[in-house]
Amino acid sequence: MNHPLPPETADHALATGERLPKSERVDFSPEAIAEIQAIAAKYPDKLAATLPALHIAQREFGFVSLDAMKAVARALSIPEGHVFGVASFYTMYQKKPVGKFHLQVCTNICCALNGGAEFLEKVCEKTGCTPGGGPSPDGLWSVEEAECLASCGSAPCMQVNADVYDEYLDDAKLKGILESCERGEYRAWAE
Amino acid sequence: MATFRTKHDPQRYTFEGFGSDKYPNLMLRGAGHLDNWTLDVYEQQHEGYVALKKALKMEPVAVTEEVKTSGIRGRGGAGFPAGLKWSFMPKDTPERKFTRYVVCNADEGEPGTFKDRAIMEYNPHQLIEGVIISAWAMQCQLGFIYVRGEFLWLIEKLEHALQEARNAGYLGKDIQGTGWDFDILVHRGAGAYICGEETALLNSLEGRRGEPRVKPPFPAAKGAFGQPTTINNVETLAAVPPILRMGGAEYAKIGRPKNTGTRVFCLSGHIKRPGLYELPLGLPLDFIMNDLAGGSSTGKKIKAIIPGGASAPAFSEKEFSTPMDFDSVRDAGSMAGSGGVIFMDEDTCMVQACLRLIRFYAHESCGQCTPCREGCNWMEMILHRIEHGQGRMEDLDLLASITPNIAGKTLCALGDAACGPMDSMLQKFRPEFEHHITHKACMVNGHHLLAKVGGH
Ligand SMILES: Cc1cc2nc3c(=O)[nH]c(=O)nc-3n(C[C@H](O)[C@H](O)[C@H](O)COP(=O)(O)O)c2cc1C
Ligand code: SF4
Ligand code: FES
Repeated sequence: MNHPLPPETADHALATGERLPKSERVDFSPEAIAEIQAIAAKYPDKLAATLPALHIAQREFGFVSLDAMKAVARALSIPEGHVFGVASFYTMYQKKPVGKFHLQVCTNICCALNGGAEFLEKVCEKTGCTPGGGPSPDGLWSVEEAECLASCGSAPCMQVNADVYDEYLDDAKLKGILESCERGEYRAWAE
Repeated sequence: MATFRTKHDPQRYTFEGFGSDKYPNLMLRGAGHLDNWTLDVYEQQHEGYVALKKALKMEPVAVTEEVKTSGIRGRGGAGFPAGLKWSFMPKDTPERKFTRYVVCNADEGEPGTFKDRAIMEYNPHQLIEGVIISAWAMQCQLGFIYVRGEFLWLIEKLEHALQEARNAGYLGKDIQGTGWDFDILVHRGAGAYICGEETALLNSLEGRRGEPRVKPPFPAAKGAFGQPTTINNVETLAAVPPILRMGGAEYAKIGRPKNTGTRVFCLSGHIKRPGLYELPLGLPLDFIMNDLAGGSSTGKKIKAIIPGGASAPAFSEKEFSTPMDFDSVRDAGSMAGSGGVIFMDEDTCMVQACLRLIRFYAHESCGQCTPCREGCNWMEMILHRIEHGQGRMEDLDLLASITPNIAGKTLCALGDAACGPMDSMLQKFRPEFEHHITHKACMVNGHHLLAKVGGH
């Protein structure tokens, strides 16, 4: 698994030794820290809270930036390097911002046999996104090519953010889904 | 914040005759009904927690024996007898007390498989009851359900169901007056197929990268957090309450010797009635395809079937009459795996199908061991150039020479999993690969299986 390095939240690439100004650092709210520590206390070892804490970071900050990873390390008092390693391994932690509606289209074999690959092309065309290419200019959409989502019998399928899947998709359904997103009938990203 | 499913679920869960003595319904009771999942419905309509009450009156070892008698084999991939696996857990001695864990594998990521999801959606309490019974049998202190990250709505449902179970005294301190304390934690994954492999799952549970561990030590000796651990699939554990209710011997009468019970087959691809079919083990594949699921969905003949999830070698027509049980599928050169059955009609380009699958394994390889990391990438590149009209005839022998250097040489079974589709498709559909090389185009004319945009 190779994933791009997470960007800093600064708008320019940092020079060697340059640090982010304090105000740009993200930190968890006291409530989020309490939530993370409560989760850690349930496990035999607090390290096990790394994945849940990264999920919380994604919910709180919208995506898992390098600073969000550092915040996780601080909240759990675990090494930053450990958190970077974990965050970069798992594809669900978005290392770059995504749209308000992140569309994950399965193109694995069972979906592809029923038109999943062509459906992904259609989604990209309708939203103006490329898979993994960040949000559309209006910030509304982003698209990702997903591996099997465990919905192969009702292919093709797609997940909007973390919502219940949409199944047996075709052009008409896609149109309906995009419109209901615009009407706010799907939970927005990280909500 | 909980968001339970309110949308209609379009999946098919039943077929004509399902629920009769011939086709018992043990795993999918009430599937498809949105309000089926609550404790009330489970207790009142589906004999909920009857098996747990029975188990708690038995000696733990007797529960394991009952599961052994049932003959049930793991439904997650390897088909290992569940009762035997449980008996590997070390028991307390006067000198040494152990902390033992049970882990439920709900990472369901094998392409073609979508059964665990349905069990958690409609019968979460059946799974929870199964986990508690297994924990009693092995005298565990804590249980984990590792759920793939995409299933957020199912995680919220499981959390809710667990709370119902705690309130009813099935979980928590002093369960049903036995003096035994046990609780279950739900752990959310974050999108990595490899975390379905049991030791990678343990690493992920501990908060690490999902990289498989070297075995031995096996999880029963050194598992989660260094303690003895047993890992079972959702379907395996959810089958435990019916086994205890009917008795192991009665369960063993379903199916075939050494391949007992029912299993939830997941039918997908070019099939008229895709969906979940809970069937006794041992029914012929072509009977399932034609008589139960209505045959091909496209009107074209079915050319290939993958019988046990994407990792299983594909069948061509002459193996279509194979009885669908662990041993028969193995004897026919494939594996029963996760129960995902994928149908491909004669218009499917096998080069594209193979490339799509190999791309999946190359992407999901954790990268720890060289044969898998490099081998899957090589296979992907070679298939890519064949698909794009730049293949050479020697490439086919090159592909055939790569798999023996992966299979059996890797740390975990993902390497072997990639070789299954590669070898079988190349051997059984070689003319399609050759056609691709000589004509720089597909031999057939079905759906394009590879998106022209993106990739990972
Ligand atoms: C690459 C890979 C992926 C796997 N994915 C899953 C999975 O998603 N779900 C599952 O139950 N087992 C999966 N397995 C099998 C598990 O390693 C393990 O055998 C199984 O969970 C044991 O449960 P069982 O004995 O009840 O079948 C996978 C194995 C490998 C090698
Ligand atoms: S076989 Fe592949 S997935 Fe398994 S440990 Fe080796 S590199 Fe990782
Ligand atoms: S292949 Fe698309 S959901 Fe399984």
